[in-house]
Amino acid sequence: MSLPHPVLASFGGAIEFIFTPQNSNVTGGNKVGGFDKSLELVLKHLEVTVIALAIALIVALPLGLYLGHRRKGELFAVGIGNAGRAIPELAVIALVAVLVGVGLKTVAPALAILGIAPILVNTYVGVSQVDPAAVEAARGMGMSELDIMRKVELPLSVPTVMGGVRAAAIVIIATATIAPLAGVETLGDFIINNNVYGKNGLLAGAILVALLALTIEGLLALLQNRLTSDGLKLKTV
Amino acid sequence: MASPFLIAAGEVGGDFFHERSSGTLPCQAQSSHLFCWDWARENIDRYGTPTVQHLEIVLLSVVIGFVVAFALALIAHRTRWLQPPLLTATGVLYTIPSIAFFFLLLPVTGFGRDTAIIVLSVYTLQIIYRNTMLGLANVPDSAKDAARGMGFTDRQILWRVELPLAIPEIIAGLRIAVVSTIAIATLVVFIGAGGLGTQIYGSGNLTFPTSIVIAMAIVMGMAFLFDLGLLTVQRLTTPWRRVRAL
Repeated sequence: MSLPHPVLASFGGAIEFIFTPQNSNVTGGNKVGGFDKSLELVLKHLEVTVIALAIALIVALPLGLYLGHRRKGELFAVGIGNAGRAIPELAVIALVAVLVGVGLKTVAPALAILGIAPILVNTYVGVSQVDPAAVEAARGMGMSELDIMRKVELPLSVPTVMGGVRAAAIVIIATATIAPLAGVETLGDFIINNNVYGKNGLLAGAILVALLALTIEGLLALLQNRLTSDGLKLKTV
Repeated sequence: MASPFLIAAGEVGGDFFHERSSGTLPCQAQSSHLFCWDWARENIDRYGTPTVQHLEIVLLSVVIGFVVAFALALIAHRTRWLQPPLLTATGVLYTIPSIAFFFLLLPVTGFGRDTAIIVLSVYTLQIIYRNTMLGLANVPDSAKDAARGMGFTDRQILWRVELPLAIPEIIAGLRIAVVSTIAIATLVVFIGAGGLGTQIYGSGNLTFPTSIVIAMAIVMGMAFLFDLGLLTVQRLTTPWRRVRAL
């Protein structure tokens, strides 16, 4: 029975670190961690995630919608998707930090690059798989091509598109954890500068990042549910 | 720790290729220089051991992940009420960012390769499980009926009809799992498990552009080769589906 005890103690120490500042052996008497610091890092993590996801959406959603609507560029969209999965996140952050510079202005676009591929592919696939009969009907009713995209194809492909958005959010939150390497103090600060924060900080960072990712993912799942029309839900039970 | 296999390839290194220049090369000194050929030519041997480590971690993770996910899928195929909870569970595990996952396991499994392999194999579960279930669900009822009419037992139908017909989806899942694991495995440097990430972020610092670019190129090249290899396996194992396999 002695095995689980040190493990539980580690988690206890980490949770204490999140709420109350702890002694550190490198800051010369200054305490580290605590609730204010944790909150500050959570907010920074959220900020960079939201900005990056917004950039990715602005780039990938219209492009995927257009290509899917014209049913053109399948090789391009799928190729981007496959190549996107193979890009090592660490290398992207490192290259941006070393070549372009550090800070939110360079990190957010770099994270956005990682989010573009899943949104683009899923939007393309979702829109191009919309029943052609529905599109023809809309065209017959006199809808413009833009209206068809906005009012027919996009609503019908919400589940697939949102799948891409959620995948993008996951990769962006995960990669934002290493953003401190490029000068943005996210929750990864507790992990990467663990010589300052110690083992409690390391585990505290991991707990907070995991909770943040699960919360965002849960909220996006709710949003997807709200955006999906009731008619579609019947079919996909 | 000595690796159980590929040890010979792992030992390529040292002065095998070239002697290194002493001091800093001219193009290496400029930090804005994207690629320094002279450095690359002299130092390419540094990448031998990390590449082998990377490959070992990826292969072990994907094999373990595949065995577990495939077993889960076969169980869920028979026990239908297990399907929604299994999908949710693998989805939740997939959502936890890998670096966080490494350090959540730190008090339990410690620094090193074991933790890396556990986390990476857990990541492959969702995609392999989901695609295997999708493949099994896509098998036409007529094929199963025909097999039953020929006197096949349930087990024979599973292994000789349903699973072979599900191969395209299963391999599609495996391709995604392998490619993303190769990319994510650069992060195992943070838990002290080596791999190509060491050439991007080594001893607490980012390395310089040339080294990052080489590591990135090896990672993406490895992903491309494995993707191509699995695509070939898929073509060879499903000769009846030559028409279009994406």
